[in-house]
Amino acid sequence: MALQSLDIVARSATTLPPPQIRHTEEVAKLIDISKCIGCKACQAACMEWNDLRDEVGINFGSYQNPADLTPASWTLMRFYEVEPDGELEWLIRKDGCMHCAEPGCLEACPSPGAIIKYSNGIVDFVEENCIGCGYCVTGCPFNIPRISKKDNKAYKCTLCSDRVAVGLEPACVKACPTQALVFGTKQAMLEHAAERVAELKERGFKNAGVYDPPGVGGTHVIYVLQHADKPELYELPKDPKISPLVRLWKGITKPLALAAFGLSIVIGFLHYVSVGPNEVKEEKKDTDSNPPA
Amino acid sequence: MSREEDTIVRYTASERINHWIVAIAFFAAGLSGLALFHPSLFFLANLFGGGPWTRIIHPWAGVVMVIAFFLMARWMWADNYLTAEDWQWLKQIWDVVGNKEERLPPAGRYNAGQKMLFWTLVASLVLLLVSGAMIWYGYFALYFPLWARQLAAAVHAFAAFVLVLAIIVHIYASIWVKGSIRAMVRGKVTPAWARQHHPEWYREIMEGKA
Ligand code: HEM
Ligand code: SF4
Repeated sequence: MALQSLDIVARSATTLPPPQIRHTEEVAKLIDISKCIGCKACQAACMEWNDLRDEVGINFGSYQNPADLTPASWTLMRFYEVEPDGELEWLIRKDGCMHCAEPGCLEACPSPGAIIKYSNGIVDFVEENCIGCGYCVTGCPFNIPRISKKDNKAYKCTLCSDRVAVGLEPACVKACPTQALVFGTKQAMLEHAAERVAELKERGFKNAGVYDPPGVGGTHVIYVLQHADKPELYELPKDPKISPLVRLWKGITKPLALAAFGLSIVIGFLHYVSVGPNEVKEEKKDTDSNPPA
Repeated sequence: MSREEDTIVRYTASERINHWIVAIAFFAAGLSGLALFHPSLFFLANLFGGGPWTRIIHPWAGVVMVIAFFLMARWMWADNYLTAEDWQWLKQIWDVVGNKEERLPPAGRYNAGQKMLFWTLVASLVLLLVSGAMIWYGYFALYFPLWARQLAAAVHAFAAFVLVLAIIVHIYASIWVKGSIRAMVRGKVTPAWARQHHPEWYREIMEGKA
């Protein structure tokens, strides 16, 4: 969904620098879980702004609806009933793309320009360039991208890159009635989050904290969690990072492999022009040696 | 022509056709896979009609290659068991690459190098099939947990690397050892060829065993 192309700092499967003459301030969306009332206005606003209508699913015994992120549901309120300190707590987390500073999807994608990262930190999929291989799904530490069965393209939250590009906040933020969602520069959001954490601690949430995981270089969607010591309560990975397996798969091994191919061909060529072919030496007529008829 | 007649059948027509189906499927799977392997080779996607077609064709070409290969491998399996002389042959690899064949222990239908290639192909194709299915998002990938898919992606790329390297060696060997390509295209070799490259096999034919 790329609108402008002057401030792209990373582009999938591209070995040269992308156009990046313009630099914008890093932005972030802050999701304060302690303020969320689970009204799903953000989910509705996301459908509305992006003009998406997911299929109507079935109730599986939770307010969570649909059951999972889908190609047409880019954000989803997830509901958790947990008892971390022996008392029931109803935790509600808005799930969606985290817009990592080091995106595993972008690292894994084999198609040039199917995934881009803007200088403001937004990671965007460019469906025209997507080939539908699913490598982004394999690369993502947060299990976010979804491949559509209809068109085999990958979809996820764009952080409303189209709105942000023209100075608006994302649609979900605009719709949130409790200001559980706030949007601004990453710096301002971190400051705001720190204030909220201090307030929560005062109110007795001694483990309150910010979720801005350093393993992926920080994210451009950050959470304030009541139980930052136990992100698993919210089904968030404790220390997300691009898996070492993905690094092995996409890293230095690839150019080394290509070099090995090239070298083997060069060695073959040199062998042929130095040692030469292996020809039959006794090329004489020898009828006796024919096999029995 | 002072050349001996091609009189010894090395490959029947069905074996030859099978081999070339494997070879074509290898190029289709290999070139489409390499397009996704590294950005510098993405241009290969143009051979298949662009990125999405490359992604669609690749796994099917791979499946064709695996099936065709194992049909062919069935015939060759027993001829590729390693023997004690094969280890000696491998120790004398410098005589092999130096065209000093007469110093080597006599090879049977396949020499030790060909046998090593054969088992490398068997192993890499099994790995490619299993790991490929696990990262085939159109069908099977989402039955596997994320870590398994990540492992499969790495294994698939590694097995493809081994396979491509093995095939580069294989193709070079067929260019290097004159008469081999003819054996796989026309099916026959001269007695002199058989005597020189595969003396044990030649002896068995002469004794009417093979
Ligand atoms: C046996 C059946 C095979 C299956 C089911 C399979 C499946 C896959 C799948 C699903 C991918 C991901 C991209 C895509 O969707 O196209 C892939 C990538 C790849 N395949 Fe296969 N494949 C098979 C055989 C082969 C063979 C025979 C070769 C080599 C000649 C090969 C080489 C590659 C390479 C080089 C990649 C890119 C790996 C990377 O990006 O790191 N595959 N394969
Ligand atoms: S599915 Fe599309 S976006 Fe995801 S890795 Fe493949 S080409 Fe890139």
